[in-house]
Amino acid sequence: MTDATMTAPARSTGFGRAVRGTWNAVFPVVVVVSVIFAIWYAACVPMNIKAALDQAERDGVIVNPAGATARDRRDMSAIGLAFKNPEQAGDTFVQERPRLPAPHQVARELWKTTGDMVLRGKAFSKRSLLYHAWVTLSATVLGFAMGTVGGVALAVGIVHSRVMNMSVMPWAIASQTIPILAIAPMIIVVLNSIGITGLIPKAMISAYLSFFPVTVGMVKGLRSPDGMQLDLLKTYSASQGETFWKLRLPSSMPYFFTSMKIGMAASLVGAIVGEMPTGAVAGLGARLLAGSYYGQTIQIWAALFSAAILAAVLVGVIGALQRMTLKKMGMVR
Amino acid sequence: MNTTSQPVIVAEKLDLTFQTNDGPVQALRDVNLTINKGDFVSFIGPSGCGKTTFLRVVAALEHPTGGQISVNGMTPDEARRARAYGYVFQAAGLYPWRTIEKNIMLPLEIMGYSSDEQAEHVDRVLKMVDLEGFGKKYPWQLSGGMQQRASIARALAFDAGILLMDEPFGALDEIVRDHLNEQLLALWDRTGMTVGFVTHSIPEAVYLSTRIVVMSPRPGRITDVIESTLPRERPLDIRDTPEFLEIAHRVREGLRAGHAYDD
Ligand SMILES: Nc1ncnc2c1ncn2[C@@H]1O[C@H](COP(=O)(O)OP(=O)(O)OP(=O)(O)O)[C@@H](O)[C@H]1O
Ligand SMILES: [Mg+2]
Repeated sequence: MTDATMTAPARSTGFGRAVRGTWNAVFPVVVVVSVIFAIWYAACVPMNIKAALDQAERDGVIVNPAGATARDRRDMSAIGLAFKNPEQAGDTFVQERPRLPAPHQVARELWKTTGDMVLRGKAFSKRSLLYHAWVTLSATVLGFAMGTVGGVALAVGIVHSRVMNMSVMPWAIASQTIPILAIAPMIIVVLNSIGITGLIPKAMISAYLSFFPVTVGMVKGLRSPDGMQLDLLKTYSASQGETFWKLRLPSSMPYFFTSMKIGMAASLVGAIVGEMPTGAVAGLGARLLAGSYYGQTIQIWAALFSAAILAAVLVGVIGALQRMTLKKMGMVR
Repeated sequence: MNTTSQPVIVAEKLDLTFQTNDGPVQALRDVNLTINKGDFVSFIGPSGCGKTTFLRVVAALEHPTGGQISVNGMTPDEARRARAYGYVFQAAGLYPWRTIEKNIMLPLEIMGYSSDEQAEHVDRVLKMVDLEGFGKKYPWQLSGGMQQRASIARALAFDAGILLMDEPFGALDEIVRDHLNEQLLALWDRTGMTVGFVTHSIPEAVYLSTRIVVMSPRPGRITDVIESTLPRERPLDIRDTPEFLEIAHRVREGLRAGHAYDD
């Protein structure tokens, strides 16, 4: 037995190496995720213990400290209560409206509103998170496209025109210092009043948030060629246009993709924020808002997780595009 | 024979002062030099004596603050527009997103060569620098010396009559350097072009040049111009001949004189 396990790594077959390679890549992730879940479950106990104790008392169970009413317990330390009532710990993971839902509750809600809906052929019903994610996604992607095009255009202008360099950048920075929560309702209301509703206002907010990282990244990228590379083109008497297409633009590609990743994440935040002030009925933002109105914490968390997963997928897509493009350009080995 | 032929680069009383935050820096003062067609002129001198600056003035990358300079009878700017020279920078400076072939095509694209011509020129210069078969490779797939040769090929691709090289072999080991020196000399002999070559190495300067310009710093100026008596045909072992050592000795004396002036 020991012998077999000892000799196994020595016979380094291709399959064995592949398995070990995968394991080496997956292992840290597994560790981190387990730790997060452990902390999460541990946190559920004190977070939800008071409600669990109240319920237990109503069911006729004696809870510690004896004689304390629900009212008294409200001012007590939740952690202390959790230690005094270990029998009730299990109840903290199964409540209908917990303060902090347990991971499996969120997972079940996620499955119920996505995969299960698909299986029942109702993937795009109003109760499906897929439907809401789709609503948010379309605003995100449209806003991201507008923001990226605008951001690149601004960067090109800033790099080529002294006047734009001096005048645009301060405004772009100022625009980002305004809290989006303050300006989002105004954008929605103003656009609604001129008859633009639905997707476009949300996309505008997304664009508003996503153009800035793209502008900053692209200005840096377009300016990244060093003096020698620029001098080289000068010795050929290259025009500004040729310098742009043959040197500045290709040099900026790594910066472009990196700033698009940031822009995409910002865009998603913008779309979600854009769904909040309008009393919108669809979208992840609307789910978050509705969840908090009705104290549906599990629904809130499920919506939060869908937003996070959506962001991860979108950023992952850009990352894949980045690898493909740079590989095609010969810039990665 | 070369001294009687026509002048290509003529500098008269050339001055160049950089305005920096710490006050003016005189990079060139009263530089007088005539380079004739087919000359191979090396510039040698301590760091900061204005070798790069002089080459950049010839290339119209820097503009003199005094004096006159003409290239092929034109101003440097006009000469650049007429594609009079190819410039090899100290680092290879190949574009990493272009293959070697595409890097060499870069000037040709900008100068509007047809794609047939481009392919033809690329083949020709790749052969010249011994890089046949590497056209489709990316720069990172080549060694430093090969990259430097590719950058020379790029400067040669558009048939400029003048080749300006700023310490092109500075970062290479002795053996590769010898090899490239030999190739460069053969190329110069074959094409009859005019070369301006900056180096820190006395043997390299003597081995390659028909004339050696010794410069000294603060302010940058020419302290000596040494005519080589070596034949055009130069095998590497010419460096052990008394004639070679004699010229090298003179260059060293010239450099030392410049330093003494400074102290
Ligand atoms: N763009 C610039 N602005 C200000 N000063 C400069 C600039 N370029 C060069 N100089 C100064 O001019 C002087 C000559 O510089 P140059 O680069 O021509 O020297 P060099 O002989 O090529 O030296 P090295 O052998 O180290 O390359 C130096 O004192 C340098 O500091
Ligand atoms: Mg220099």
